Amino acid sequence: MRRELIKFALFAAVVLVIPATIKGGYLLNVLVFVGINTMLAVGLNLLLGFAGQISLGQAAFYGLGAYLSGILTATYGWNPWTAMAVAAIAVGILAFVIGFPILKLKGHYLAMATLGFGIIIYIVFNEYVDVTGGPSGFSGVPGLSLGDLHFDSDLKSYYLIWTMALLVMLLAVNLTQSRIGRALRAIHDSEVAARVLGVNARLLKVQVFTCSAIISGLAGSLYAHTVTFISPSTFGFHFSVELLTMVIIGGLGSIYGSCLGAALLTLLPEFLRTFQDYDIVVYGLLLIIMTMFLPGGLVQGFELLWMGMRRLRPGRAGRNA
Amino acid sequence: MLDIHGITCVFGGLTALDDVSFSARSGEITGVIGPNGAGKTTLLNIITGIYTRTAGRITLDGRDISGLPPERLTRLGLVRTFQNIELFGKMSVLENVMVGLHTRSRSGFLACACKLPHHLREERRIREQALELLEFVGIVDLAGTAAANLPFGKGRLLEIARALAVQPRIMLMDEPAAGLNSRETWQLGDLIRKIRETGVTVVLVEHDMELVMDICDAIVVLNLGKKLAEGTPRQIQENPEVIAAYLGDE
Repeated sequence: MRRELIKFALFAAVVLVIPATIKGGYLLNVLVFVGINTMLAVGLNLLLGFAGQISLGQAAFYGLGAYLSGILTATYGWNPWTAMAVAAIAVGILAFVIGFPILKLKGHYLAMATLGFGIIIYIVFNEYVDVTGGPSGFSGVPGLSLGDLHFDSDLKSYYLIWTMALLVMLLAVNLTQSRIGRALRAIHDSEVAARVLGVNARLLKVQVFTCSAIISGLAGSLYAHTVTFISPSTFGFHFSVELLTMVIIGGLGSIYGSCLGAALLTLLPEFLRTFQDYDIVVYGLLLIIMTMFLPGGLVQGFELLWMGMRRLRPGRAGRNA
Repeated sequence: MLDIHGITCVFGGLTALDDVSFSARSGEITGVIGPNGAGKTTLLNIITGIYTRTAGRITLDGRDISGLPPERLTRLGLVRTFQNIELFGKMSVLENVMVGLHTRSRSGFLACACKLPHHLREERRIREQALELLEFVGIVDLAGTAAANLPFGKGRLLEIARALAVQPRIMLMDEPAAGLNSRETWQLGDLIRKIRETGVTVVLVEHDMELVMDICDAIVVLNLGKKLAEGTPRQIQENPEVIAAYLGDE
Protein backbone atom coordinates (compact mmCIF):
# COMPACT_ATOMS: atom_id res chain seq x y z
CA MET A 1 0.00 0.00 0.00
CA ARG A 2 2.61 2.51 1.14
CA ARG A 3 5.06 1.48 -1.58
CA GLU A 4 2.38 2.01 -4.17
CA LEU A 5 1.84 5.56 -2.89
CA ILE A 6 5.56 6.37 -3.02
CA LYS A 7 5.73 5.02 -6.56
CA PHE A 8 2.85 7.26 -7.56
CA ALA A 9 4.31 10.34 -5.82
CA LEU A 10 7.63 9.81 -7.62
CA PHE A 11 5.90 9.41 -10.93
CA ALA A 12 3.78 12.53 -10.36
CA ALA A 13 6.88 14.52 -9.41
CA VAL A 14 8.61 13.50 -12.64
CA VAL A 15 5.56 14.48 -14.68
CA LEU A 16 5.30 17.87 -13.01
CA VAL A 17 9.01 18.65 -13.42
CA ILE A 18 9.29 17.70 -17.11
CA PRO A 19 8.17 21.10 -18.54
CA ALA A 20 11.05 22.80 -16.71
CA THR A 21 13.59 20.54 -18.41
CA ILE A 22 12.53 21.08 -22.01
CA LYS A 23 12.76 24.31 -23.94
CA GLY A 24 10.97 23.43 -27.18
CA GLY A 25 7.33 24.53 -27.26
CA TYR A 26 6.47 21.87 -29.81
CA LEU A 27 7.57 18.95 -27.64
CA LEU A 28 5.47 20.36 -24.79
CA ASN A 29 2.49 20.41 -27.13
CA VAL A 30 3.07 16.75 -27.97
CA LEU A 31 3.34 15.92 -24.27
CA VAL A 32 -0.13 17.38 -23.74
CA PHE A 33 -1.40 14.71 -26.11
CA VAL A 34 0.59 12.08 -24.28
CA GLY A 35 -1.50 13.07 -21.24
CA ILE A 36 -4.79 12.70 -23.10
CA ASN A 37 -3.74 9.38 -24.60
CA THR A 38 -2.63 8.17 -21.18
CA MET A 39 -6.16 8.69 -19.89
CA LEU A 40 -7.58 6.80 -22.85
CA ALA A 41 -5.10 3.96 -22.53
CA VAL A 42 -5.72 3.62 -18.79
CA GLY A 43 -9.46 3.46 -19.49
CA LEU A 44 -9.02 0.72 -22.08
CA ASN A 45 -6.56 -1.14 -19.85
CA LEU A 46 -9.15 -1.41 -17.06
CA LEU A 47 -11.38 -3.18 -19.53
CA LEU A 48 -8.83 -5.22 -21.48
CA GLY A 49 -5.95 -5.76 -19.06
CA PHE A 50 -8.03 -6.44 -15.96
CA ALA A 51 -11.46 -7.73 -17.00
CA GLY A 52 -10.08 -9.27 -20.21
CA GLN A 53 -12.78 -7.74 -22.43
CA ILE A 54 -11.72 -6.16 -25.70
CA SER A 55 -13.10 -2.93 -27.14
CA LEU A 56 -12.34 -1.61 -30.60
CA GLY A 57 -14.76 1.25 -30.14
CA GLN A 58 -12.93 3.40 -27.62
CA ALA A 59 -12.38 6.16 -30.19
CA ALA A 60 -16.17 6.52 -30.42
CA PHE A 61 -16.51 7.34 -26.72
CA TYR A 62 -13.55 9.68 -27.04
CA GLY A 63 -15.22 11.39 -30.01
CA LEU A 64 -18.61 11.56 -28.31
CA GLY A 65 -17.03 13.30 -25.32
CA ALA A 66 -15.32 15.77 -27.66
CA TYR A 67 -18.37 16.47 -29.83
CA LEU A 68 -20.83 16.73 -26.93
CA SER A 69 -18.52 19.13 -25.14
CA GLY A 70 -17.89 21.11 -28.32
CA ILE A 71 -21.53 21.35 -29.38
CA LEU A 72 -22.86 22.21 -25.92
CA THR A 73 -20.34 25.03 -25.49
CA ALA A 74 -19.94 26.43 -29.02
CA THR A 75 -23.51 25.96 -30.26
CA TYR A 76 -25.48 26.29 -27.04
CA GLY A 77 -23.14 28.51 -25.04
CA TRP A 78 -22.81 26.23 -22.00
CA ASN A 79 -20.04 26.58 -19.45
CA PRO A 80 -17.22 24.21 -20.55
CA TRP A 81 -16.96 22.51 -17.16
CA THR A 82 -20.70 21.81 -17.06
CA ALA A 83 -20.55 20.59 -20.65
CA MET A 84 -17.66 18.29 -19.74
CA ALA A 85 -19.58 16.77 -16.82
CA VAL A 86 -22.75 16.35 -18.85
CA ALA A 87 -20.79 14.80 -21.74
CA ALA A 88 -19.10 12.33 -19.39
CA ILE A 89 -22.42 11.33 -17.84
CA ALA A 90 -24.10 10.98 -21.23
CA VAL A 91 -21.27 8.82 -22.57
CA GLY A 92 -21.46 6.73 -19.39
CA ILE A 93 -25.19 6.17 -19.76
CA LEU A 94 -24.78 5.20 -23.42
CA ALA A 95 -22.01 2.73 -22.56
CA PHE A 96 -24.09 1.23 -19.76
CA VAL A 97 -27.08 0.72 -22.05
CA ILE A 98 -25.17 -0.80 -24.98
CA GLY A 99 -22.89 -2.69 -22.56
CA PHE A 100 -25.56 -5.20 -21.53
CA PRO A 101 -26.17 -6.68 -24.98
CA ILE A 102 -22.60 -6.18 -26.28
CA LEU A 103 -20.74 -7.71 -23.34
CA LYS A 104 -22.75 -10.89 -23.60
CA LEU A 105 -20.42 -11.57 -26.52
CA LYS A 106 -16.95 -12.94 -26.06
CA GLY A 107 -13.62 -12.74 -27.89
CA HIS A 108 -13.79 -12.02 -31.61
CA TYR A 109 -17.52 -11.38 -31.48
CA LEU A 110 -17.07 -8.72 -28.84
CA ALA A 111 -14.30 -7.16 -30.94
CA MET A 112 -16.63 -7.09 -33.95
CA ALA A 113 -19.54 -5.58 -32.00
CA THR A 114 -17.45 -2.78 -30.50
CA LEU A 115 -15.84 -2.21 -33.89
CA GLY A 116 -19.30 -1.86 -35.42
CA PHE A 117 -20.34 0.58 -32.72
CA GLY A 118 -17.21 2.67 -33.39
CA ILE A 119 -17.96 2.78 -37.10
CA ILE A 120 -21.59 3.81 -36.53
CA ILE A 121 -20.54 6.72 -34.32
CA TYR A 122 -17.85 7.71 -36.83
CA ILE A 123 -20.49 7.83 -39.57
CA VAL A 124 -22.73 9.96 -37.36
CA PHE A 125 -19.89 12.48 -36.88
CA ASN A 126 -19.41 12.62 -40.65
CA GLU A 127 -23.00 12.68 -41.84
CA TYR A 128 -24.85 14.69 -39.22
CA VAL A 129 -23.44 17.81 -40.86
CA ASP A 130 -25.93 20.31 -39.39
CA VAL A 131 -24.81 19.53 -35.87
CA THR A 132 -21.25 18.23 -36.14
CA GLY A 133 -20.03 20.18 -39.16
CA GLY A 134 -19.40 16.89 -41.00
CA PRO A 135 -16.03 15.91 -42.47
CA SER A 136 -14.76 19.49 -42.53
CA GLY A 137 -14.85 19.58 -38.75
CA PHE A 138 -16.26 21.65 -35.95
CA SER A 139 -14.47 24.79 -34.81
CA GLY A 140 -14.83 27.50 -32.22
CA VAL A 141 -14.83 25.30 -29.12
CA PRO A 142 -13.97 27.61 -26.21
CA GLY A 143 -10.94 26.91 -24.03
CA LEU A 144 -11.15 26.05 -20.36
CA SER A 145 -10.60 28.54 -17.59
CA LEU A 146 -10.70 28.60 -13.80
CA GLY A 147 -11.63 32.09 -12.66
CA ASP A 148 -8.99 34.34 -14.20
CA LEU A 149 -6.74 31.45 -15.10
CA HIS A 150 -7.17 30.69 -18.80
CA PHE A 151 -5.64 27.47 -20.06
CA ASP A 152 -4.47 29.05 -23.29
CA SER A 153 -0.78 28.14 -23.46
CA ASP A 154 0.86 24.75 -23.93
CA LEU A 155 2.36 24.97 -20.46
CA LYS A 156 -0.98 25.66 -18.76
CA SER A 157 -2.69 22.96 -20.82
CA TYR A 158 0.09 20.58 -19.87
CA TYR A 159 -0.58 21.06 -16.18
CA LEU A 160 -4.34 20.86 -16.60
CA ILE A 161 -4.29 17.69 -18.68
CA TRP A 162 -1.66 15.97 -16.60
CA THR A 163 -3.45 16.80 -13.35
CA MET A 164 -6.47 15.01 -14.78
CA ALA A 165 -4.37 12.16 -16.17
CA LEU A 166 -2.59 11.65 -12.84
CA LEU A 167 -5.93 11.68 -11.04
CA VAL A 168 -7.31 9.04 -13.41
CA MET A 169 -4.17 6.94 -12.93
CA LEU A 170 -4.36 7.17 -9.14
CA LEU A 171 -8.03 6.21 -9.09
CA ALA A 172 -7.36 3.36 -11.51
CA VAL A 173 -4.48 2.02 -9.41
CA ASN A 174 -6.67 2.15 -6.29
CA LEU A 175 -9.50 0.43 -8.09
CA THR A 176 -7.35 -2.40 -9.36
CA GLN A 177 -6.09 -3.16 -5.86
CA SER A 178 -9.56 -3.35 -4.36
CA ARG A 179 -12.23 -6.03 -4.27
CA ILE A 180 -13.47 -4.75 -7.64
CA GLY A 181 -10.01 -5.14 -9.17
CA ARG A 182 -9.69 -8.64 -7.79
CA ALA A 183 -13.13 -9.59 -9.08
CA LEU A 184 -12.22 -8.24 -12.54
CA ARG A 185 -9.01 -10.25 -12.66
CA ALA A 186 -10.94 -13.28 -11.44
CA ILE A 187 -13.40 -12.93 -14.34
CA HIS A 188 -10.40 -12.69 -16.68
CA ASP A 189 -8.88 -15.94 -15.35
CA SER A 190 -12.03 -18.04 -14.99
CA GLU A 191 -15.42 -16.48 -15.39
CA VAL A 192 -17.29 -19.57 -14.21
CA ALA A 193 -15.24 -19.83 -11.01
CA ALA A 194 -15.76 -16.12 -10.33
CA ARG A 195 -19.50 -16.52 -10.74
CA VAL A 196 -19.59 -19.55 -8.47
CA LEU A 197 -17.97 -17.37 -5.80
CA GLY A 198 -20.83 -14.91 -6.15
CA VAL A 199 -19.23 -12.36 -8.48
CA ASN A 200 -21.89 -10.88 -10.74
CA ALA A 201 -19.68 -11.10 -13.83
CA ARG A 202 -22.19 -9.67 -16.26
CA LEU A 203 -22.91 -6.53 -14.25
CA LEU A 204 -19.26 -6.01 -13.35
CA LYS A 205 -18.19 -6.19 -17.00
CA VAL A 206 -20.80 -3.60 -17.94
CA GLN A 207 -19.71 -1.40 -15.07
CA VAL A 208 -16.04 -1.46 -16.03
CA PHE A 209 -16.98 -0.88 -19.67
CA THR A 210 -18.96 2.18 -18.53
CA CYS A 211 -16.07 3.32 -16.40
CA SER A 212 -13.65 3.13 -19.32
CA ALA A 213 -16.15 4.95 -21.54
CA ILE A 214 -16.50 7.79 -19.01
CA ILE A 215 -12.73 8.18 -18.87
CA SER A 216 -12.61 8.24 -22.69
CA GLY A 217 -15.41 10.81 -22.79
CA LEU A 218 -13.57 13.02 -20.32
CA ALA A 219 -10.40 12.76 -22.39
CA GLY A 220 -12.47 13.74 -25.43
CA SER A 221 -13.85 16.84 -23.71
CA LEU A 222 -10.37 17.87 -22.62
CA TYR A 223 -9.15 17.35 -26.18
CA ALA A 224 -11.94 19.50 -27.62
CA HIS A 225 -11.36 22.37 -25.21
CA THR A 226 -7.60 22.23 -25.62
CA VAL A 227 -7.43 22.00 -29.40
CA THR A 228 -10.66 24.04 -29.95
CA PHE A 229 -11.17 22.30 -33.31
CA ILE A 230 -12.42 18.74 -33.81
CA SER A 231 -12.98 16.63 -36.89
CA PRO A 232 -14.19 13.04 -37.36
CA SER A 233 -10.86 11.70 -38.62
CA THR A 234 -9.40 11.94 -35.09
CA PHE A 235 -12.00 9.49 -33.79
CA GLY A 236 -11.94 6.78 -36.42
CA PHE A 237 -11.19 3.07 -36.28
CA HIS A 238 -7.49 3.76 -36.81
CA PHE A 239 -7.30 5.52 -33.46
CA SER A 240 -9.06 2.68 -31.63
CA VAL A 241 -6.36 0.35 -32.94
CA GLU A 242 -3.66 2.81 -31.90
CA LEU A 243 -5.09 2.82 -28.38
CA LEU A 244 -5.09 -0.94 -28.33
CA THR A 245 -1.44 -0.89 -29.40
CA MET A 246 -0.60 1.56 -26.60
CA VAL A 247 -2.17 -0.68 -23.97
CA ILE A 248 -0.53 -3.86 -25.25
CA ILE A 249 2.89 -2.30 -25.80
CA GLY A 250 2.78 -0.65 -22.40
CA GLY A 251 1.71 -3.80 -20.63
CA LEU A 252 -1.71 -5.34 -20.09
CA GLY A 253 -2.83 -4.88 -16.54
CA SER A 254 -0.29 -2.19 -15.70
CA ILE A 255 -1.53 1.37 -15.24
CA TYR A 256 1.96 2.85 -15.50
CA GLY A 257 2.52 0.70 -18.55
CA SER A 258 -0.43 2.37 -20.25
CA CYS A 259 1.23 5.74 -19.68
CA LEU A 260 4.44 4.37 -21.14
CA GLY A 261 2.64 2.95 -24.16
CA ALA A 262 0.79 6.21 -24.70
CA ALA A 263 4.03 8.17 -24.47
CA LEU A 264 5.81 5.89 -26.91
CA LEU A 265 3.06 5.80 -29.51
CA THR A 266 2.44 9.54 -29.29
CA LEU A 267 6.08 10.56 -29.45
CA LEU A 268 7.17 7.89 -31.93
CA PRO A 269 5.30 9.29 -34.96
CA GLU A 270 7.10 12.58 -34.40
CA PHE A 271 10.37 10.75 -34.93
CA LEU A 272 8.99 8.46 -37.61
CA ARG A 273 8.04 11.26 -39.98
CA THR A 274 10.18 9.64 -42.63
CA PHE A 275 7.87 6.62 -42.75
CA GLN A 276 4.87 8.82 -43.55
CA ASP A 277 1.87 6.67 -44.39
CA TYR A 278 3.73 3.51 -43.53
CA ASP A 279 3.49 4.23 -39.81
CA ILE A 280 0.69 1.66 -39.53
CA VAL A 281 3.17 -0.95 -40.74
CA VAL A 282 5.53 0.10 -37.97
CA TYR A 283 2.70 -0.26 -35.41
CA GLY A 284 1.90 -3.69 -36.73
CA LEU A 285 5.53 -4.77 -36.52
CA LEU A 286 5.83 -3.36 -33.01
CA LEU A 287 2.74 -5.27 -31.95
CA ILE A 288 4.06 -8.53 -33.39
CA ILE A 289 7.49 -8.08 -31.84
CA MET A 290 6.04 -7.17 -28.46
CA THR A 291 3.60 -10.05 -28.26
CA MET A 292 6.29 -12.50 -29.35
CA PHE A 293 9.18 -11.38 -27.18
CA LEU A 294 7.72 -9.24 -24.41
CA PRO A 295 4.12 -10.27 -23.79
CA GLY A 296 4.09 -8.36 -20.50
CA GLY A 297 4.72 -5.14 -22.38
CA LEU A 298 7.35 -2.47 -21.86
CA VAL A 299 6.73 -2.51 -18.12
CA GLN A 300 7.89 -6.11 -18.01
CA GLY A 301 10.91 -5.10 -20.09
CA PHE A 302 11.79 -2.40 -17.59
CA GLU A 303 11.38 -4.79 -14.69
CA LEU A 304 13.75 -7.25 -16.35
CA LEU A 305 16.19 -4.44 -17.11
CA TRP A 306 15.99 -3.14 -13.56
CA MET A 307 16.61 -6.56 -12.05
CA GLY A 308 19.54 -7.01 -14.43
CA MET A 309 21.05 -3.66 -13.47
CA ARG A 310 20.57 -4.32 -9.78
CA ARG A 311 22.53 -7.49 -10.18
CA LEU A 312 25.37 -5.57 -11.83
CA ARG A 313 25.39 -2.53 -9.58
CA PRO A 314 23.13 -2.09 -6.58
CA GLY A 315 21.52 1.32 -6.23
CA ARG A 316 20.57 3.19 -9.37
CA ALA A 317 17.56 2.24 -11.45
CA GLY A 318 17.28 3.23 -15.10
CA ARG A 319 14.35 5.30 -16.28
CA ASN A 320 14.10 6.53 -19.81
CA ALA A 321 11.50 6.66 -22.58
CA MET B 1 -31.85 -29.39 3.20
CA LEU B 2 -31.06 -29.82 -0.49
CA ASP B 3 -33.79 -31.78 -2.25
CA ILE B 4 -33.50 -33.07 -5.79
CA HIS B 5 -36.86 -34.00 -7.33
CA GLY B 6 -36.98 -36.02 -10.53
CA ILE B 7 -34.09 -34.36 -12.36
CA THR B 8 -33.89 -35.38 -16.00
CA CYS B 9 -31.32 -34.09 -18.45
CA VAL B 10 -31.28 -34.93 -22.14
CA PHE B 11 -28.41 -33.92 -24.45
CA GLY B 12 -29.60 -34.45 -28.01
CA GLY B 13 -30.62 -38.10 -28.02
CA LEU B 14 -28.64 -39.02 -24.93
CA THR B 15 -30.36 -39.15 -21.57
CA ALA B 16 -27.60 -38.20 -19.14
CA LEU B 17 -29.90 -38.19 -16.11
CA ASP B 18 -33.21 -39.94 -15.84
CA ASP B 19 -35.60 -38.97 -13.04
CA VAL B 20 -33.03 -38.71 -10.26
CA SER B 21 -34.27 -37.78 -6.79
CA PHE B 22 -32.52 -37.65 -3.43
CA SER B 23 -32.02 -35.40 -0.45
CA ALA B 24 -28.94 -34.13 1.34
CA ARG B 25 -29.75 -33.71 5.02
CA SER B 26 -28.53 -30.72 6.96
CA GLY B 27 -25.23 -31.19 8.75
CA GLU B 28 -24.38 -34.43 6.96
CA ILE B 29 -21.92 -35.46 4.31
CA THR B 30 -23.82 -37.00 1.41
CA GLY B 31 -21.76 -38.91 -1.12
CA VAL B 32 -22.77 -39.28 -4.75
CA ILE B 33 -20.95 -42.16 -6.40
CA GLY B 34 -21.18 -44.16 -9.57
CA PRO B 35 -19.06 -45.58 -12.38
CA ASN B 36 -17.73 -43.29 -15.12
CA GLY B 37 -20.51 -41.81 -17.20
CA ALA B 38 -23.10 -42.28 -14.46
CA GLY B 39 -24.02 -38.58 -14.63
CA LYS B 40 -22.47 -37.40 -11.38
CA THR B 41 -20.81 -34.27 -12.74
CA THR B 42 -23.81 -33.49 -14.96
CA LEU B 43 -26.00 -33.57 -11.86
CA LEU B 44 -23.64 -31.20 -10.06
CA ASN B 45 -23.58 -28.84 -13.04
CA ILE B 46 -27.36 -28.81 -13.10
CA ILE B 47 -27.69 -28.11 -9.39
CA THR B 48 -25.19 -25.25 -9.61
CA GLY B 49 -26.84 -23.60 -12.60
CA ILE B 50 -24.13 -24.29 -15.17
CA TYR B 51 -26.21 -26.73 -17.27
CA THR B 52 -29.97 -26.48 -17.75
CA ARG B 53 -32.17 -29.42 -16.79
CA THR B 54 -34.81 -30.93 -19.05
CA ALA B 55 -37.21 -31.66 -16.19
CA GLY B 56 -37.31 -31.76 -12.42
CA ARG B 57 -37.00 -29.44 -9.48
CA ILE B 58 -34.32 -28.55 -6.95
CA THR B 59 -35.12 -26.98 -3.61
CA LEU B 60 -32.89 -25.58 -0.91
CA ASP B 61 -34.62 -25.45 2.47
CA GLY B 62 -37.93 -25.68 0.63
CA ARG B 63 -37.13 -22.81 -1.69
CA ASP B 64 -37.13 -23.58 -5.41
CA ILE B 65 -33.63 -22.92 -6.75
CA SER B 66 -33.88 -24.79 -10.08
CA GLY B 67 -32.17 -22.99 -12.91
CA LEU B 68 -30.80 -20.10 -10.87
CA PRO B 69 -27.43 -18.78 -12.10
CA PRO B 70 -24.36 -19.62 -9.98
CA GLU B 71 -23.93 -16.14 -8.50
CA ARG B 72 -27.50 -16.20 -7.16
CA LEU B 73 -27.03 -19.65 -5.63
CA THR B 74 -23.91 -18.44 -3.86
CA ARG B 75 -25.88 -15.67 -2.23
CA LEU B 76 -28.38 -18.27 -1.05
CA GLY B 77 -25.55 -20.22 0.59
CA LEU B 78 -24.74 -22.88 -1.99
CA VAL B 79 -21.21 -23.13 -3.37
CA ARG B 80 -19.24 -25.70 -5.33
CA THR B 81 -15.68 -26.73 -6.16
CA PHE B 82 -14.45 -28.01 -9.50
CA GLN B 83 -12.90 -31.31 -10.51
CA ASN B 84 -10.16 -29.56 -12.48
CA ILE B 85 -9.41 -26.87 -9.93
CA GLU B 86 -10.36 -23.49 -11.35
CA LEU B 87 -7.96 -21.16 -9.56
CA PHE B 88 -7.19 -17.58 -10.55
CA GLY B 89 -3.65 -18.43 -11.58
CA LYS B 90 -2.12 -15.00 -11.84
CA MET B 91 -3.38 -13.92 -8.44
CA SER B 92 -1.79 -14.79 -5.12
CA VAL B 93 -3.19 -17.50 -2.88
CA LEU B 94 -4.44 -14.84 -0.46
CA GLU B 95 -6.10 -12.84 -3.25
CA ASN B 96 -7.87 -15.99 -4.47
CA VAL B 97 -9.54 -16.36 -1.09
CA MET B 98 -10.27 -12.64 -1.00
CA VAL B 99 -12.26 -13.02 -4.23
CA GLY B 100 -14.29 -15.61 -2.34
CA LEU B 101 -15.14 -12.88 0.15
CA HIS B 102 -16.53 -10.70 -2.65
CA THR B 103 -20.12 -11.20 -1.52
CA ARG B 104 -19.08 -10.46 2.07
CA SER B 105 -18.02 -6.93 1.12
CA ARG B 106 -19.95 -3.99 -0.24
CA SER B 107 -17.67 -1.18 -1.51
CA GLY B 108 -18.57 0.04 -4.97
CA PHE B 109 -16.44 1.49 -7.78
CA LEU B 110 -16.25 4.95 -6.27
CA ALA B 111 -15.41 3.87 -2.73
CA CYS B 112 -12.68 1.57 -4.08
CA ALA B 113 -11.18 4.15 -6.45
CA CYS B 114 -11.14 6.89 -3.80
CA LYS B 115 -10.01 4.59 -0.97
CA LEU B 116 -12.78 5.80 1.31
CA PRO B 117 -12.24 4.90 4.99
CA HIS B 118 -15.02 2.31 5.19
CA HIS B 119 -13.55 0.59 2.15
CA LEU B 120 -10.10 0.41 3.76
CA ARG B 121 -11.62 -1.04 6.94
CA GLU B 122 -13.48 -3.59 4.87
CA GLU B 123 -10.31 -4.46 2.98
CA ARG B 124 -8.47 -5.13 6.26
CA ARG B 125 -11.32 -7.31 7.51
CA ILE B 126 -11.36 -9.34 4.27
CA ARG B 127 -7.61 -9.87 4.49
CA GLU B 128 -7.88 -11.13 8.08
CA GLN B 129 -10.73 -13.48 7.24
CA ALA B 130 -8.87 -14.80 4.20
CA LEU B 131 -5.81 -15.54 6.32
CA GLU B 132 -7.98 -17.36 8.87
CA LEU B 133 -9.42 -19.53 6.11
CA LEU B 134 -5.95 -20.34 4.79
CA GLU B 135 -5.01 -21.27 8.35
CA PHE B 136 -8.11 -23.51 8.54
CA VAL B 137 -7.10 -25.54 5.47
CA GLY B 138 -3.44 -25.40 6.45
CA ILE B 139 -1.76 -23.40 3.68
CA VAL B 140 -1.39 -20.01 5.37
CA ASP B 141 2.38 -20.16 4.77
CA LEU B 142 1.72 -20.01 1.01
CA ALA B 143 -0.42 -16.84 1.16
CA GLY B 144 1.92 -14.81 -1.03
CA THR B 145 2.53 -17.46 -3.72
CA ALA B 146 0.97 -17.10 -7.16
CA ALA B 147 -1.83 -19.65 -7.35
CA ALA B 148 -0.52 -21.02 -10.65
CA ASN B 149 2.69 -22.11 -8.90
CA LEU B 150 0.96 -24.26 -6.29
CA PRO B 151 1.34 -28.03 -6.40
CA PHE B 152 -1.98 -29.69 -7.30
CA GLY B 153 -2.77 -30.88 -3.80
CA LYS B 154 -2.29 -27.42 -2.30
CA GLY B 155 -4.33 -25.95 -5.11
CA ARG B 156 -7.18 -28.24 -4.09
CA LEU B 157 -6.95 -26.93 -0.52
CA LEU B 158 -6.93 -23.36 -1.80
CA GLU B 159 -10.06 -24.01 -3.82
CA ILE B 160 -11.77 -25.33 -0.71
CA ALA B 161 -10.67 -22.31 1.34
CA ARG B 162 -11.94 -20.02 -1.40
CA ALA B 163 -15.31 -21.79 -1.48
CA LEU B 164 -15.58 -21.60 2.32
CA ALA B 165 -14.97 -17.85 2.06
CA VAL B 166 -18.48 -17.30 0.73
CA GLN B 167 -19.68 -18.75 4.07
CA PRO B 168 -21.84 -21.40 2.45
CA ARG B 169 -24.50 -23.42 4.22
CA ILE B 170 -23.99 -26.23 1.74
CA MET B 171 -20.90 -27.09 -0.28
CA LEU B 172 -20.88 -29.32 -3.36
CA MET B 173 -17.52 -30.86 -4.13
CA ASP B 174 -16.74 -32.39 -7.52
CA GLU B 175 -14.23 -35.22 -7.08
CA PRO B 176 -11.99 -33.41 -4.60
CA ALA B 177 -9.72 -36.44 -4.24
CA ALA B 178 -9.01 -36.68 -7.98
CA GLY B 179 -5.28 -36.28 -8.59
CA LEU B 180 -4.35 -36.50 -4.90
CA ASN B 181 -2.01 -39.12 -3.46
CA SER B 182 -3.19 -41.32 -0.60
CA ARG B 183 -1.72 -39.14 2.13
CA GLU B 184 -3.36 -36.02 0.67
CA THR B 185 -6.65 -37.89 0.27
CA TRP B 186 -6.55 -38.90 3.90
CA GLN B 187 -5.90 -35.28 4.95
CA LEU B 188 -8.72 -34.16 2.68
CA GLY B 189 -11.08 -36.54 4.49
CA ASP B 190 -10.14 -34.95 7.81
CA LEU B 191 -10.67 -31.50 6.35
CA ILE B 192 -14.12 -32.37 5.00
CA ARG B 193 -15.11 -33.71 8.44
CA LYS B 194 -13.81 -30.49 9.97
CA ILE B 195 -15.95 -28.52 7.51
CA ARG B 196 -19.01 -30.54 8.54
CA GLU B 197 -18.26 -29.74 12.18
CA THR B 198 -18.49 -26.02 11.43
CA GLY B 199 -22.10 -26.65 10.41
CA VAL B 200 -21.69 -26.79 6.62
CA THR B 201 -23.62 -29.51 4.80
CA VAL B 202 -21.46 -31.30 2.23
CA VAL B 203 -22.38 -33.09 -0.98
CA LEU B 204 -19.43 -35.08 -2.21
CA VAL B 205 -19.25 -36.39 -5.75
CA GLU B 206 -16.37 -38.81 -5.66
CA HIS B 207 -14.61 -41.73 -7.27
CA ASP B 208 -12.45 -42.70 -4.34
CA MET B 209 -14.50 -45.43 -2.60
CA GLU B 210 -12.36 -45.59 0.47
CA LEU B 211 -12.79 -41.86 1.13
CA VAL B 212 -16.55 -41.98 0.51
CA MET B 213 -17.12 -45.01 2.72
CA ASP B 214 -14.97 -43.46 5.40
CA ILE B 215 -16.52 -40.01 5.74
CA CYS B 216 -20.04 -40.02 4.29
CA ASP B 217 -23.17 -40.20 6.41
CA ALA B 218 -25.34 -41.13 3.44
CA ILE B 219 -24.56 -42.30 -0.09
CA VAL B 220 -26.46 -42.09 -3.36
CA VAL B 221 -25.36 -44.39 -6.18
CA LEU B 222 -25.93 -43.39 -9.79
CA ASN B 223 -25.55 -45.68 -12.75
CA LEU B 224 -26.19 -44.81 -16.39
CA GLY B 225 -28.11 -41.69 -15.37
CA LYS B 226 -30.44 -43.45 -12.95
CA LYS B 227 -30.42 -43.69 -9.18
CA LEU B 228 -29.42 -47.22 -8.33
CA ALA B 229 -29.42 -47.13 -4.55
CA GLU B 230 -29.41 -44.88 -1.53
CA GLY B 231 -28.43 -45.53 2.08
CA THR B 232 -25.69 -45.59 4.68
CA PRO B 233 -22.20 -46.67 3.62
CA ARG B 234 -22.84 -50.05 5.20
CA GLN B 235 -26.07 -50.61 3.26
CA ILE B 236 -24.46 -49.54 0.03
CA GLN B 237 -21.52 -51.87 0.44
CA GLU B 238 -23.89 -54.80 0.89
CA ASN B 239 -26.29 -53.85 -1.89
CA PRO B 240 -26.11 -56.52 -4.62
CA GLU B 241 -27.17 -54.14 -7.39
CA VAL B 242 -24.36 -51.74 -6.53
CA ILE B 243 -21.84 -54.56 -6.48
CA ALA B 244 -23.12 -55.69 -9.87
CA ALA B 245 -22.84 -52.21 -11.34
CA TYR B 246 -19.28 -51.83 -10.17
CA LEU B 247 -18.00 -55.32 -10.81
CA GLY B 248 -20.13 -56.07 -13.85
CA ASP B 249 -23.00 -58.56 -14.17
CA GLU B 250 -22.38 -62.23 -14.40
